[in-house]
Amino acid sequence: MTGLNLRALAALGAFLAFLAACIATLTGDTAGLFSREAAVRMFDFARGFWPPAGGTAFLQKLALGSLETLAMSWLGTLLAAAAGLVMALPAAGRWGIVAKGASRLLLNGLRAVPELVWAALVVIAAGLGPFSGTLALAIHTTGVLGRLFAEALENVPADPYLGLRRNGAGVVAAFWYSTFPQVLPQLASYILYRWEINIRAAAVLGVVGAGGLGQMLYFHLSLFQLQDAASVLLAMVLLVSLVDAASNRVRISMTR
Amino acid sequence: MTPAAPLDSALRDPAWRGRVSAALLFLALLAPAGYLAEFNPATLWDPATVLALSRFLGTFIPPEYALDFLKLVAAATWKTIAIATVGTLVAFLIALPLALLANRQLSISALATGRMALLPATARTAVRWLLILLRSIPELVWALLLVRAVGLGDTAGVLAIGLTYGGMLGKVYIEILESADPQATRSLLANGAGRRAAFLYGLLPACLPELVSYTVYRWECAIRASVIMGFVGAGGLGQQMELSMRMLAGGEVLTMLAVFVLLVWVADQASATLRRWVQ
Amino acid sequence: MTTALSAVSVRYPGGATALRNVTVSFAPGEQAAIIGPSGAGKTTLLHTLGCAIRPADGEVTVLGTDPWNLLRNDLHGLRGRLFLAPQAPPLPPRQRVVHAVLAGRLPKWSAWRALRSLVYPVELETARAALGRFRLEDKLFLRCDRLSGGERQRVGLARLIASEAELFLLDEPVSSLDPALAQSALESLQAEAQARGATVVASLHAVDLALARFSRLIGLKDGEILFDLPRAQVGERELVALYGPELCNSFQAPPENQEQALKICRTCL
Repeated sequence: MTGLNLRALAALGAFLAFLAACIATLTGDTAGLFSREAAVRMFDFARGFWPPAGGTAFLQKLALGSLETLAMSWLGTLLAAAAGLVMALPAAGRWGIVAKGASRLLLNGLRAVPELVWAALVVIAAGLGPFSGTLALAIHTTGVLGRLFAEALENVPADPYLGLRRNGAGVVAAFWYSTFPQVLPQLASYILYRWEINIRAAAVLGVVGAGGLGQMLYFHLSLFQLQDAASVLLAMVLLVSLVDAASNRVRISMTR
Repeated sequence: MTPAAPLDSALRDPAWRGRVSAALLFLALLAPAGYLAEFNPATLWDPATVLALSRFLGTFIPPEYALDFLKLVAAATWKTIAIATVGTLVAFLIALPLALLANRQLSISALATGRMALLPATARTAVRWLLILLRSIPELVWALLLVRAVGLGDTAGVLAIGLTYGGMLGKVYIEILESADPQATRSLLANGAGRRAAFLYGLLPACLPELVSYTVYRWECAIRASVIMGFVGAGGLGQQMELSMRMLAGGEVLTMLAVFVLLVWVADQASATLRRWVQ
Repeated sequence: MTTALSAVSVRYPGGATALRNVTVSFAPGEQAAIIGPSGAGKTTLLHTLGCAIRPADGEVTVLGTDPWNLLRNDLHGLRGRLFLAPQAPPLPPRQRVVHAVLAGRLPKWSAWRALRSLVYPVELETARAALGRFRLEDKLFLRCDRLSGGERQRVGLARLIASEAELFLLDEPVSSLDPALAQSALESLQAEAQARGATVVASLHAVDLALARFSRLIGLKDGEILFDLPRAQVGERELVALYGPELCNSFQAPPENQEQALKICRTCL
């Protein structure tokens, strides 16, 4: 009992030391944050956002930016779903152990680098704009979906597939007539789940120049047009909640 | 096969019409989406792009490993960890009081009637809305705003994580606390114990492992997020990475990507170990 | 085009012997039932005939050729000419019945035609006629997870009808059906086999059903053939030797067989 307590105490001490070290690293510029002057400055900054900007021309631009973001998230997810399915087949070990190792490594690599970093890299290759954002989303999401699809394929009962193969069906046909219908609901719910994540990502990718609402936000904030920025923020929140609601409805209709 | 029954012209797949309309809808959405996203794979094969890209990718090899640079990366990495950790601490300090405020089990007015009095009920709803507001704005956007409010550097990162993750932690804390068995808390409250005592001796012991486990998981996410936030100037590894990318110094980018992947992996392992230990 | 096993033994990886020195032969168009207590090796025997298990010893002949001497493609072609129907057909829950039935056509279809059929079923009439044999034509467009166990079993049999198999290997084909349906389902299968000239080998746990519908009965016990006799020569002695005191449980007893069942059962009581 005392041994356990001692261990718990040591762990707590280590944790507190770690926390203290972290805080010590940062205190340099946090102190000024609590000064009266800083508070006034922040309040002024926050007040600058009200009221959000309107105007037909601006709202039109905002609607276009929202649609652009929506299109990026949708296309990116779609591309990733297709690429993820193709990559999942070797990653589930269907084409041998070498292909399995290689494809898992590739998927892990795609997944490990966040969308925003991919976007910063893709922008260098494909130029500024939503196309780069779409590609960045697709690249990262391929890694995530490929891994999830591969797990779904591995966990699916093999009997239906084996049954068809035993009666002389070809590999491709047997896959589409047994394995695919078995995993389809799970694949669809993974895709929807990633779409919900990707609409959030698409909204901010523009910060590195990859189009959509993020780019608008970055632009207006850089020029300190805070009221415009406030409208963009509202549009972002609205768009994300709309996509969540849509995705939820599709999910419910699917599980019926 | 024996001869089939006479062909029945009424035999049609009832799913067909739905499928055709779904396919048409899909195509009708795909075209404008492609247009809006300026979808044009041809740009990828454009000789100028290929040249620029291959030149940039060429600089990736070999990764940069000069001692000075590694020191810089090490410092930036530590700063990233610090931002994530302190950010999570701030989030915790925001989330815990709000979660307690919003908790129904600790309500004394609900004890007798089963319903809360108007004022506390309003306060609880307001807390929930505040939490939704905090987490519905992505941490990167918070960082973007805060960089302008408090200046470039670590503080913006810490606050951005604190605000977003405060919203997320608060929501999940509420869920965890509400799903706990209310019996212990209620009997303490009914016997006249104060709210704080009821929390400390009734609710907390039952929920502690789950609360800690989720907080640790969020810390792991915060590590990843703090790297990303560096891209908008909120300090740490991301800020260095953005600089190197802007200078097209591929070797430096590669080194930092490797460090990033390693960092995420270590955080993932540490978080898994901690959570196993807590449960 | 005979199908035969000669001195075949099958051992499982664990070391257990499932079939021991089995020799049996089926002429084209012949229909035989395999009976025996559970664990006797009936399923293993069917899987060996269906080229799904490669025996440790002995020779296999399926539809006139030795499957294990064929190239991989030819072996697969041979598998397309037989149909191994498992006791509980493994149907994907969300697949529609029409595709589950038409999956029996896959060996005859190109991959392209198979994919096209998923977009719009290409041989709808075949699928409906096959289901009609088992009074399931109204289930054509239902999802498989909406079916009862007995309906699923009959969908599996409809898949067999839709295929062009020349060798029917049926593992407890009517185990989930009530006696009257079991009778008529077996009748349909046997009539189809006769029309095609296909060979039928069916394992059955209901002895009375086997006696009523098959002219040749093979008794299997502990992986060995105990008897292989025309129906007329299968009597109490053989059945008691095969089942022992379990015999009473081995009757499904549809009305017309009740008398015979009771007669046999009395002997073991």
